[in-house]
Amino acid sequence: MSMTFFIPQDTTALALGSDSVALTITSELKERGLEGEIIRNGSRGMFWLEPLLEVEIDGSRLGFGPVKPSDVPGILESLNSHDKNTKPGNHPLFLGKVDQIDYLARQQRLTFSRAGVGDPLCIENYQRLSGFVGLTHAIKLKSQEIVDQIKDSGLRGRGGAAFPAGIKWQTVLDTAGEQKYIVCNADEGDSGTFADRLLMEADPYQLIEGMAIAGLAVGANQGYIYLRSEYPVAHKILNQAIERATEAGFLGENICSSGNDFFLEVRLGAGAYICGEETSLLESLEGKRGMVRAKPPLPAIEGLFGKPTVVNNVLTLGAVATILEQGSKTYKDFGMGRSRGTLAVQLAGNVKRGGVIELAFGVTLREVVEGFGCGTYSGRPIRAIQMGGPLGAFLPESQWDTPLDYESFAAIKAMIGHGGIVVFDDTVDMAAQARFAMEFCAVESCGKCTPCRIGATRGVEVIDRIVQNQDRDNNLILLTDLCDTMELGSLCAMGGMTPFPVRSALTYFTEDFGGESPREN
Amino acid sequence: MLEFYEPQLDFGTPQSDSETLVTLIIDGISVTVPEGTSVMRAASEGGVKVPRLCATDSLKSFGSCRICLVEIEGRRGFPASCTTAVEDGMEVRTQSDEIGKLRRNVMELYISDHPLDCLTCPTNGDCELQDTAGEVGLRAVRYGFEGDNHLVAEKDESNPYFTFDASKCIVCSRCVRACEEVQGTFALTIDGRGFESKVSAGQAESFMESDCVSCGACVDACPTATLTEKSIIEAGKPEHSVITTCAYCGVGCSFKAEMKGNEVVRMTPHKDGKANEGHACVKGRFAFGYATHKDRITKPMIRESINDAWREVSWDEAVTYTAERFKAIQAKHGRTSIGAISSSRCTNEEVYLVQKMVRTGFGNNNIDTCARVCHSPTGFGLKTTLGESAGTQTFASVAKADVVIVMGANPTEAHPVFGSRLKRRLREGAKLIVIDPRQIELVSAPHIKADYHLPVRPGTNVTVLNALAHVVVNEALQAHDYIAERCDTEGFNKWVTFIADERHSPEQTEQFSGVPAADMRAAARIYATGGNGAIFYGLGVTEHSQGSTAVMAIANLAMLTGNIGREGVGVNPLRGQNNVQGSCDMGSFPHELPGYRHISSAVTRKLFEGEWGVTLDPEPGLRIPNMFDAAIDGDFKGLYCQGEDIAQSDPNTHHVEAALKSIECLVVQDIFLNETAKFAHVFLPGASFLEKDGTFTNAERRISRVRKTIPPLSGKADWEGTMALANAMGCDMHYNHPSEIMDEIAKLTPTFNGVSYKKLDELGSIQWPCNDHTPAGTPVMHVDEFVRGKGFFAITEYVPTEERVNRKFPLLLTTGRILSQYNVGAQTRRTNNSEWHGEDILEIHPHDAEERGINHGDWVGIQSRVGQTVLHADVTSRVKPGVVYTTFHHPVSGANVITTDNSDWATNCPEYKVTAVQISKVTAPSSWQARQKTFDTQQLQLLAKARQ
Repeated sequence: MSMTFFIPQDTTALALGSDSVALTITSELKERGLEGEIIRNGSRGMFWLEPLLEVEIDGSRLGFGPVKPSDVPGILESLNSHDKNTKPGNHPLFLGKVDQIDYLARQQRLTFSRAGVGDPLCIENYQRLSGFVGLTHAIKLKSQEIVDQIKDSGLRGRGGAAFPAGIKWQTVLDTAGEQKYIVCNADEGDSGTFADRLLMEADPYQLIEGMAIAGLAVGANQGYIYLRSEYPVAHKILNQAIERATEAGFLGENICSSGNDFFLEVRLGAGAYICGEETSLLESLEGKRGMVRAKPPLPAIEGLFGKPTVVNNVLTLGAVATILEQGSKTYKDFGMGRSRGTLAVQLAGNVKRGGVIELAFGVTLREVVEGFGCGTYSGRPIRAIQMGGPLGAFLPESQWDTPLDYESFAAIKAMIGHGGIVVFDDTVDMAAQARFAMEFCAVESCGKCTPCRIGATRGVEVIDRIVQNQDRDNNLILLTDLCDTMELGSLCAMGGMTPFPVRSALTYFTEDFGGESPREN
Repeated sequence: MLEFYEPQLDFGTPQSDSETLVTLIIDGISVTVPEGTSVMRAASEGGVKVPRLCATDSLKSFGSCRICLVEIEGRRGFPASCTTAVEDGMEVRTQSDEIGKLRRNVMELYISDHPLDCLTCPTNGDCELQDTAGEVGLRAVRYGFEGDNHLVAEKDESNPYFTFDASKCIVCSRCVRACEEVQGTFALTIDGRGFESKVSAGQAESFMESDCVSCGACVDACPTATLTEKSIIEAGKPEHSVITTCAYCGVGCSFKAEMKGNEVVRMTPHKDGKANEGHACVKGRFAFGYATHKDRITKPMIRESINDAWREVSWDEAVTYTAERFKAIQAKHGRTSIGAISSSRCTNEEVYLVQKMVRTGFGNNNIDTCARVCHSPTGFGLKTTLGESAGTQTFASVAKADVVIVMGANPTEAHPVFGSRLKRRLREGAKLIVIDPRQIELVSAPHIKADYHLPVRPGTNVTVLNALAHVVVNEALQAHDYIAERCDTEGFNKWVTFIADERHSPEQTEQFSGVPAADMRAAARIYATGGNGAIFYGLGVTEHSQGSTAVMAIANLAMLTGNIGREGVGVNPLRGQNNVQGSCDMGSFPHELPGYRHISSAVTRKLFEGEWGVTLDPEPGLRIPNMFDAAIDGDFKGLYCQGEDIAQSDPNTHHVEAALKSIECLVVQDIFLNETAKFAHVFLPGASFLEKDGTFTNAERRISRVRKTIPPLSGKADWEGTMALANAMGCDMHYNHPSEIMDEIAKLTPTFNGVSYKKLDELGSIQWPCNDHTPAGTPVMHVDEFVRGKGFFAITEYVPTEERVNRKFPLLLTTGRILSQYNVGAQTRRTNNSEWHGEDILEIHPHDAEERGINHGDWVGIQSRVGQTVLHADVTSRVKPGVVYTTFHHPVSGANVITTDNSDWATNCPEYKVTAVQISKVTAPSSWQARQKTFDTQQLQLLAKARQ
């Protein structure tokens, strides 16, 4: 009986030893004189199960996980066993059919529908799974028709700002210019986020397809993926994917014989968080210091090298491929209110079952954290949840029933951002978290605008004084004034949103900030 | 135009050049401005000042300080007024309680990291941070001063002219942006991130070690005391200022001389100056200390022979003595045995008076000017082809050029403020062709790269220009309609036959010029077809035996491609000295009266004779080289030389010295005892540009006022000295003020008819021609037709120079300028500019150096057919093999000991740019240098005696 083994080459799986598992399988198969093909797939995004070993038998994918190399002999034995008692189903790591694992089965995967299914670099596999169908559709459309599809879908930017993608594209389309660019923001730097990476490592052609469609939509013949340098695996996979897509005619000159060119390159960042901010990203891409540019001019009008530029997040561009494949209506049918389609929630921090959970907008935070995350890793009660990265608000339990919807979150001065959720248990010191928010801003500030450059440093100092009960009342007023100044006065969201975690910590977890009744642990 | 000191008005962001107007309401005031204007600027124009720190109108808006936030009806939050463009119907509030609080809180952050030493700060009372803190009403810094800060950051005092005090820096990036946007040097950057951000020169170097060219743009831009002139640190804030014109190069920058009493404490570039628009260079901005240097001679002196000690005398005695000796010489040797040389550094009025004195008082036309040795071929070449001896454009026109040819000029060194303008345009994407033997900075600089560098072998310019024209003609790229309509058909047809000949093809001429044929073809194509083509050239074109031919070839090329007569195109000589254009305009050539009218014309003579009340000699007089020859022959015995150092600047020093020693009465009028004065019998103390009224005319024909800021140290401005001498010679000159001289010039010169001091005060400056047809002057010449009627294509056959390399003299020496020094260095050597360039050095290619065993820094002898000198070697690939290069800013270098008597066929402009030499390693200075040193010491002793 020939078997096919799938072991992810995703960064998380690799970090958890998937290479060793793969090697062990090879040597164990050889030792046993067994035949078997090993495919290094992408991850399914159920990181709590990594390394997740999948075995394809008779068209079914059976899962085992998390697998250590020492588990391999036992698994192989169970697979070849004719003894009823030692069949795979009885192995302690056996998870059953992978697509029926509850964590996965309950998701509404559009963007991540292909993630983990096969070799991410196999174009045939991508096409077998409806890959490049969207591009083929787009080629038959006029630029305006593509832009209209994106507008109709209700797709909003997944990087955090949630700006309607179709309107951004329309601006670029409407701006005259011989040279335009598509820039993919893959500088995924928010704490607790990893969905961009998963997509790039598990399904890179989807991003390539989305970018090529964007190129057709606005008349750009050059794209850049600005990738954070901390993603070496994604870097390698993307470069190989671009090479293969170019060879196959999906990139380069005259893509799919459409008469349109689209060239794509990956550029690596240099480690600055601020380069995830689109204008800093453009500066960095131009070879300059990553400094925020004042807007206007909008990048859509004067972007990379001063040319009209679409800057979209990885997931936004990924969704584009889905929309063009399945139609804007299908995509729009997911979600609630003005938040249409699906959101890739990334569950991390002190959580039992971390991973990427793609769901239509509208599900509540509690459903995700409790329903998928199954509580904390430490087993202690959850005290606070930070959503939207280091600039997102800390949410107390009273807010966990808020539906994941941009407007609902805005209403409670919180944000969905890039969809990262970081869970804290009841041992967290929220004053320290507030201080960390200011410190993070101080460390990562580009240094251009004053509220962020000086304000963040002063913020750390003021919080320290509050916690130490020095002139507490005045320092609390000063902290509020400082938060106002940063929020209203900063040039970009870095300084402008740092007050969110600070204020929410101060408002909902006041007891952590010293004073007359310091919190007892 | 004395004004109490006030910082220049700052609108916050640059002007928009849109023609569409937008009306908006700011604080209830209706303001109409061009589309694209920022809200901040619109407010300024409406008389509303929005507080700000990172914005200044010389730089693009940046949006970092967050002080200028405003409220706009219908918009969320508080947009920055500097980065928000106006829209029709917009309603802006610049003041509200919320805005006030926000601004105060931002200012509070600034001040929490700023020293509180306002009272003892050098810019106390002249500090935007201080002013803004006042405007926003900051009353307390609640953060205290115990937090993280930069208060102990070290000062960088390496630059001789300004200090960088990092403890006072607010990281607004204005300096960094000025270095990039205004100057184009990119020497400064912000190092570090967030709170650690700091301004850094280069990679953590000091300002002096970095690429900084000390233009002062950063100092000007700094809103605090971080970058401050050392003169201000020493003297404090100026109390009044006078607008005047720089006396260095031909760019003619406008400056505010900022004064305390009779002391200039700072020169700041004047924003309304149209030549420089608020920019400056290290010379004009900082190197003015020479004017009060201890070497200044402020009393007239006389002596019988050059071996005698000088004797200080009164002006009367000096002038009477001179007149008597001149008259005696004329009585003995004839009317034409005396003459004068006027100065391109003096004012138009002074030059005019000198030539008037020669023609009326000396009774001959022996008047020449230093333009003889620089741009006389420009005068001849452009007059012949286009009809006017001047550049066709304004400097600002380069902002509309698409393809720029820079030939035989090095703007970033010699015309730095224009160089910065040009670089800005190049960064915007204009194409650049550099035709120069050396790899000048423009060939490859930060964010600048020449599309083609044609490294022409010295002496073969004409072959390259002909080849370019040949390509245009043979590939039918010429502007057929333009030529048919505007140029002389017969001349053009002859010329086309000439130029189309295969001998002018790039492939045929490559053997002479050494420039790859393919590059010449490609360059010709982009110049002919790339849009607006503008040519800027310098002495590397004119100072050749075929200088005039090359100028005409340039004019041909421009006419051929239709690139004359509108903005963004043209033929533009970059003039070396502040008033070369003016001195030529003022009739200081032996054959021309003011306005380039030939002395042989009876009609012209009659006009001047009527005004001057004398009969004029119809015969042209002696040119400078003729004067030298005649002196050696014994026919020329008396010379009045004003403000020019011919002993150092003219070629073949041995010959010049022999001539000077032959003169019986040499009168030098200068501010220092220059090299020429060491051969003089009468020394008349000159006045620096700070000490007199007058006008200078720059390379774009722009007449600008020079205004007296301090009284003449010698008691007389130069025009007053000349007038005294003229009267002693029997003239009848009575002018109370230079404005009266200008009135006379205007009356007699058609191109100056409309010029007066009153109008200059009103308009700021005027580009001639200025008359009834063009009352506000003429920015672009030859708009509808050429001044001569039809443009004339002159035949430009290449004739190789006689100065050729052979086995004995295998290398070609060419000469040039360096940024920090000016011309013969008499001024700049007496300033701290010598910290950048303390001596002239010889650039030699590693190839040639290795063959001769020469290492970097070695003493090398430079032997030409006429002389030898010794310099230190700089082994560099800026020059190509076979070519060596030096500057001539220091007398001891003796660069002109080796240059020859060869000169331009039409104008006698010396062939400074081509001298065949041999280079060898030596151990000591040359015998000339040793003699020069002895002579110099002796002359300084003779001077010291006068001062005892």
